[in-house]
Amino acid sequence: MTSALDGVRVVELASDHGAFAGRLLAGLGADVVLVEPPGGHRARRYEPFVDDDPGVERSLWWWHYQAGKRGVVLDLDSQGDADRLRELITAADVVLEGEAPGTLAARGLDWPDLHPSNERLIWASITAFGRDNPRTHEQFTDLTVLAGGGPVWMCGYDDHSIPPVRGGGNQGYQTACIWAVMSVLAALWWREETGRGQLLDLSMHAAANVTTESGSYEWLVARATVQRQTGRHASVHPTQVTRTLGTDGHEIHTGFPPRSSRDFETLLDWLDDVGARDEYEATFWLEMGIERGGVQMSEITNDVEATEIFFAAREALNLIASKMTAYEFFIGAQERRLACGIIYSPEEVLTDPHFVARGFPTKIEHEDLGRAFTYPGAPFHMPASPFVANRRAPHLGEHQADVLGPGQSADARPTGHETPVPPMPQ
Amino acid sequence: MSGALAGIRVCDFTGQLAGAGATRFLAAMGAQVIRVEDPVKQGRWDILRGTTPYVDDRRGIEFGGAFNNHNIEKLGVTINLRTDEGKQLLRELIAISDVVAENFAAGVLARLGFPYEEQRRIKPDIVYVSNSGFGHRGPYSAYRTWGPIVQAVCGLTFSSGVPDLPAAGWGYSYMDHHGGNFMAIAILAGLLHRRRTGEGQWIDMSCTDAGATLLGPLLLDATVNDRPLRRPGMPHSSHSQSPRMVPHNIYAARGDDEWIAIACRDDREWRALANVVDEPWARDPEYDTLDGRSAKEAVLDAALDQWCSVRDKFETQVLLQDAGVPAAAVQRPEERIEFDPATAAWGLWPMVHHREIGAVRVDGLPVHFSETDWSIAHGAPCLGQHNDFVFGELLGHDAEQIARWREDGVL
Repeated sequence: MTSALDGVRVVELASDHGAFAGRLLAGLGADVVLVEPPGGHRARRYEPFVDDDPGVERSLWWWHYQAGKRGVVLDLDSQGDADRLRELITAADVVLEGEAPGTLAARGLDWPDLHPSNERLIWASITAFGRDNPRTHEQFTDLTVLAGGGPVWMCGYDDHSIPPVRGGGNQGYQTACIWAVMSVLAALWWREETGRGQLLDLSMHAAANVTTESGSYEWLVARATVQRQTGRHASVHPTQVTRTLGTDGHEIHTGFPPRSSRDFETLLDWLDDVGARDEYEATFWLEMGIERGGVQMSEITNDVEATEIFFAAREALNLIASKMTAYEFFIGAQERRLACGIIYSPEEVLTDPHFVARGFPTKIEHEDLGRAFTYPGAPFHMPASPFVANRRAPHLGEHQADVLGPGQSADARPTGHETPVPPMPQ
Repeated sequence: MSGALAGIRVCDFTGQLAGAGATRFLAAMGAQVIRVEDPVKQGRWDILRGTTPYVDDRRGIEFGGAFNNHNIEKLGVTINLRTDEGKQLLRELIAISDVVAENFAAGVLARLGFPYEEQRRIKPDIVYVSNSGFGHRGPYSAYRTWGPIVQAVCGLTFSSGVPDLPAAGWGYSYMDHHGGNFMAIAILAGLLHRRRTGEGQWIDMSCTDAGATLLGPLLLDATVNDRPLRRPGMPHSSHSQSPRMVPHNIYAARGDDEWIAIACRDDREWRALANVVDEPWARDPEYDTLDGRSAKEAVLDAALDQWCSVRDKFETQVLLQDAGVPAAAVQRPEERIEFDPATAAWGLWPMVHHREIGAVRVDGLPVHFSETDWSIAHGAPCLGQHNDFVFGELLGHDAEQIARWREDGVL
């Protein structure tokens, strides 16, 4: 069995913001060679650590984003190592890098320097604003990408005295990385057609800007501004609260409003099933919704009766939820064909029976620790060319000899340079 | 036809953004994407056809702004799959396609008569990509989702918020974007595999699986260290735990609902920030180290919030950027679209022409290709706009036949 990118060699210059792209390409079967500076990339020192015990091979950030790759150490300030990188790239299919614009050019290691010797080369550059932009040289983190690029404006609470929120999980970086992988695959296709590679200039700022759904197109089309709301879409007009709680205090998203007469019948039956029909004060409205043959979303603001029916349906869901756990409600609603969702904490996803049945949680062996750990798995099921997600992140310089040839171990390279390994923080 | 993906033909049943976003990328890169819509329901398989926003007072299935945004550069045909002739036409279309893409609820395309086995009979090396909330396998495969439900169940909603408040979640269908984007990755990976091996396949995508790959490194803190994100004081997603950075937050700026994001990646950037602030509290020696700043993060946040609150967000951004500190104003849509030199220079908001709507701007792509850059000039297709081209020129039927099909309700 082969993977989609078997035989594709990617040279990735280690970065915080490009790491997820390399991870995905490795999952698709590419041989991703991660190039780190002497002493290791700084992300090896990011918390948390396995067993909370710091060490360059123990960062969970590193494990998460670098799984599936091989690793080498090169000091790009030394001529010998710069030459080794040049050779690696000359034989590579794809370069993935997130260096600040100008830093590689200063070493003669940028796209214009290297593609003449490898016309099939695809070079993906992920930077904050693109390689040539009025804001190219601004400093950035995931937080500032999401704040300047649009998402933060849309996330937070109904009460606007509370600051808007950056969503978790490094989505500013990851969004650009996903676009980078799409672009690399398109460029690989064109290269197979023509034999020619090209430069792909990715902007994290642009990626955030065009990944905000209505936030952008409400303005582009209607010059309207969406306003953030607790746990639901930012909107030009306020919308119904969609959050409720189960008896275990866990949150539930009550979804897109029930609106067909079948939905309303289902709600009345469910209220009966949980013995809450007497407590429910809006039976009248649901029955009217059934008589009307359902209501349309478009009626919600300009038809008083329809609006009451929508509210009555939402109230029914809230009342039912107050009789059971969040999980019981989620299953109960979905088995009745009502699109509601439990709000899972990330770790709860990996033990849910559906995700387990699909084989989503993936064990990765850490033979160095004599243990195996659970990681998230593949984004899609691809039977003829499986997404592989099963090799731990590389140790510092682990594949030096494999990749660069014998005698190139990280400890005894013939360049003669004496870069000290920075001490580990304690 | 030009572009990186010229020569690829997609038989496209996708809708909303979670599916349409995938073929949007392919179309902008030069693939020939043929949207198949149902004439009986006037294309309302896709709930966005005809819904808000609108450019003016005109309403109806051709005037939905979101639909136009998500379906640029695609061709549109109508086929009534309730009829035998309609089914035959779809067979002919699949026979000349490289890809069949859909994001119906699991099983719908099979019920319409076109499960993978049938597609493969028609076109042995077809790349079929299905995309639904929970995928075609597993106990929840029949469950219904929208973007917010996907985000709730996959862990993304919970991960976005601050302590002692409910989940803030994502104020838009973030996973509709990445549902579409991962679907584009699946389609292209399937095509590259076919190119090498001659083999097609059925790739099944579950948006909740895809979303659960995006939870970040803190997920491993739970699986490795038994430290769940559901615990007191967490999540706190405007702070940064991995890597740990302090300060790292969104602070009030001068004006109503104005905010600025500031992050210090190391002690040097903190010193640079403290020099700009130049007030006694910022010279507290305890703040010299990350551990010191972490221990008093709430106090530091409050003081910095106070400092920012009397200043214009863009002025603070410039002050701190000039000192080498990552800072960015929280931009409103109008600010990032109309006044941000970065998006203007990028050409991020291309103008398309739509046959009914007229000229309107849409999202561009966040990448530029040096040899085969994207092209976005045509708006979404009107219902059946390309019936003559696809059924006539591509499939070779004559005008009389097509006219008859129109009369008979096949198209």
